[in-house]
Amino acid sequence: MRTNDVMLQTATKVVTFIILMFAVHIFFAGHYTPGGGFVGGLLTASAIVLLMLAFDIETVKKIIPFNYVMMTAIGLLLALATAGASIFFNVPFFTHAYDYFHLPLFGKTSLHSAALFDLGVYLVVVGVTMTIIQTIGEDE
Amino acid sequence: MINLLLFPVIIPMLFGTILLFFPKNIRMQRIIAACGVAITFIAGLFLLAAVKTNGLQAVTLGSWDAPFGISMVSDLFSVLLVLTATLITLFVIFYSFQTIGFEREQSYYYPAVLFLLTGVNGAFTTGDIFNLFVFFEVLLMSSYMLIVHGGEKPQLRETIKYLLVNIISSALFVAAVAYLYSVTGTLNMADLAVKIPQIQETGILTVIAVLFLVVFGFKASIFPLYFWLPGSYYAPPIPVLALFGALLTKVGVYAITRTYTLFFTMNIEVTHELLAIIAILTILAGCIGALAYFDVKKIIIYNIIIAVGVILFGVSQMNGAGVEGAIFYLIHDMLIKAALFFLVGIIAVLFGTTNLREMGGLIKTYPLLGWTYLLAAFGLAGIPPLSGFPGKLLIVQGGFEGPNFWGSLVILATSLLVLLSVIRIFIYAFWGPPVKTIPINKSAYNQMFIPSLLLVIITVFVGVGAELFMPLISGAGEVLLNPSIYIDAVLKE
Repeated sequence: MRTNDVMLQTATKVVTFIILMFAVHIFFAGHYTPGGGFVGGLLTASAIVLLMLAFDIETVKKIIPFNYVMMTAIGLLLALATAGASIFFNVPFFTHAYDYFHLPLFGKTSLHSAALFDLGVYLVVVGVTMTIIQTIGEDE
Repeated sequence: MINLLLFPVIIPMLFGTILLFFPKNIRMQRIIAACGVAITFIAGLFLLAAVKTNGLQAVTLGSWDAPFGISMVSDLFSVLLVLTATLITLFVIFYSFQTIGFEREQSYYYPAVLFLLTGVNGAFTTGDIFNLFVFFEVLLMSSYMLIVHGGEKPQLRETIKYLLVNIISSALFVAAVAYLYSVTGTLNMADLAVKIPQIQETGILTVIAVLFLVVFGFKASIFPLYFWLPGSYYAPPIPVLALFGALLTKVGVYAITRTYTLFFTMNIEVTHELLAIIAILTILAGCIGALAYFDVKKIIIYNIIIAVGVILFGVSQMNGAGVEGAIFYLIHDMLIKAALFFLVGIIAVLFGTTNLREMGGLIKTYPLLGWTYLLAAFGLAGIPPLSGFPGKLLIVQGGFEGPNFWGSLVILATSLLVLLSVIRIFIYAFWGPPVKTIPINKSAYNQMFIPSLLLVIITVFVGVGAELFMPLISGAGEVLLNPSIYIDAVLKE
C-alpha cells in the first residue's frame, strides 16, 4: 500500500539537516558539558533512520553510500589509535593531550586529542546502529 | 613499558578491527587472526616475565590517581589466566580452519573470536569492579554473536535462552555494583579491599557478597544457576563450544575468586561456607549429568560444571593449599576442556553423530586418536602424573586443613565418577564392533587432529612439569591470600 507521505517527506528534508547540525553541536559540546561522540552518533543515526522512514532504504543507500561495517571499523581504529598513542609516550593508556591555539575566526581555542577519540566513538555508534537497523529492516 | 599489561587486551582488539575490513578474504582472515593471537601470546610472555621479576604491574588509565581512575592490574594469577586463554584461542583458531565452514569464516567469525579474547583478557586484567562489568559485556556481546553465528534452528532457540539469562544476570550485576558503591563509596578493587574492613556493619556487605556470588554464579554455572549451560553450549559448532567451555565459565570463576579473596572476607563463616556447600552441590549435580547422557558433547559439557565446583571448593577454603590448588586446577581445566572438546569434535565428525550408542571400534582405524583421547581423559580425572593431579591434590589437602574435610571426601569420590563418565566415551567409541565411519580427507583430519594432539601434549607437560610451574602458582596464591600486596601495588602508598 502506498500512503500519501508528501508531508513527511517534505518535513524530513528540513528536519534531517536540523538534527544533523544539532548532532555536530552535541558532539563538540561533549568535552566540558553533557554530550559527546556517543549521543552525537545516536542523533546522526536517528536522522538517517528518519530519512529511511520517509523514503525507503534503497533511496537512502543512494544518498548515503557508506558501508557501515567499514565505518565501525574505521571508528574503532581511530579510537584505539588515539588511546594507544599514549603507549609511544610511555604514559598510562588513555592519557590525553591538549593545548591552546589561536585559530582564525574561533580565536583562542583548546584542542584536545580526546576529540579524536570521540570522533572514533561517533563513527562506531553510527556504524553499529545503522548496521543493526539496516539488517533488521532489509529482511522482508 | 608502563602499558605492557594492557597489550593482551589491546592487540586482539586491534587485529579484530583490522579483520573487519575484508570479511570475504578467508586466507587473510585466517593468517591475520592467527598472527594476532600469537603476538598476544608473546606479549603475555613478556608480561609474565615482568610480573615475575618486578612484582605486580598496575596502571591507572588516563593518568588519573588510583582510586578515581580505572585501574588495570596484572598479578601472577591474572597473567597466568591471560596466557592460558590466549593459548587456547590460538588452538581454537587453528582447529576452526577445517571445522567451522567457509560461510561462517566469511561472515566475521574470526573478528568475533578476537573480540571475545579482548573481553576475556580484559576481565582477567581489570582492577575495577565496574570495569569488570564492562569487559563482561564485551565478551558476552562476542559470545552472543558466536552462539547464534550460522543461524541453525537449535542455535536460534538456545540463543534466546542464553541472551535472557545473561541479560538478567548483567542487570543484577549493575544492581549489585550500585549497592556496593552506595555502601563503600568506591569501585576500585584495591580501594574496596581497604574500605571494606573499616565498615562495622558487615550484615549488608554479606548480602552484597552473596548477590555477587549469584551474579558471577550465573556466568560460572554454579549449582542452582547452571540450568542454562548444557542446552546453550550444545548448540554452537565444536570450535565455538571449545572456546566457550574453556574460557567463559572460567571468567565467572575468576571473578568469584578475585572478589572472595580480595575484599569479601569480612564474614568468612557465612560467605565462604556457603561457597563451599554450593561448590560441592555443583560437583554432584555435574556428576549426575555427566553420567546420565549418551551424547559425547553433553558428557564433556557437564564436566565443565564439575570442574567449576572443584575449583570453587579450593577457593572457599582460603588457605595456601586450597587456593594454590584452585589456581593450578583452573589452568589445567581450561587446557584439558579445550583438548577434550577438540577430540570429541573429531569423533563426532568421524561418526556423523554425537550419540555414543551409534559409535564403536574406532581404535582399529584411528589408534593414535584413541590413545590421545585416553590420555586427555586420564588427565581430566586427575590420574598422576597428568595435569589434573597436582591441582586436585592441593584442593583436597586444603579441604582437610580447612573446616570442610567432608568436601575433600566428596571430591575424591567424584573423581571416580568423572573418570567413569569420560571413559564411557572411550569404551563406546573406540572399543566394540567397528561402526562405519564417514570417509574423511587425510589432510583435513590432520588439521583437526594436530591442534588437539598439541594441546594434550601441553596438558601432559603441565602435569609432569608441575614442579616447574609451582613457583608461579604459589606466587599467584600468595597475592590472593595477602590482599595487602595487591593494595600496595595499586594505590602505591
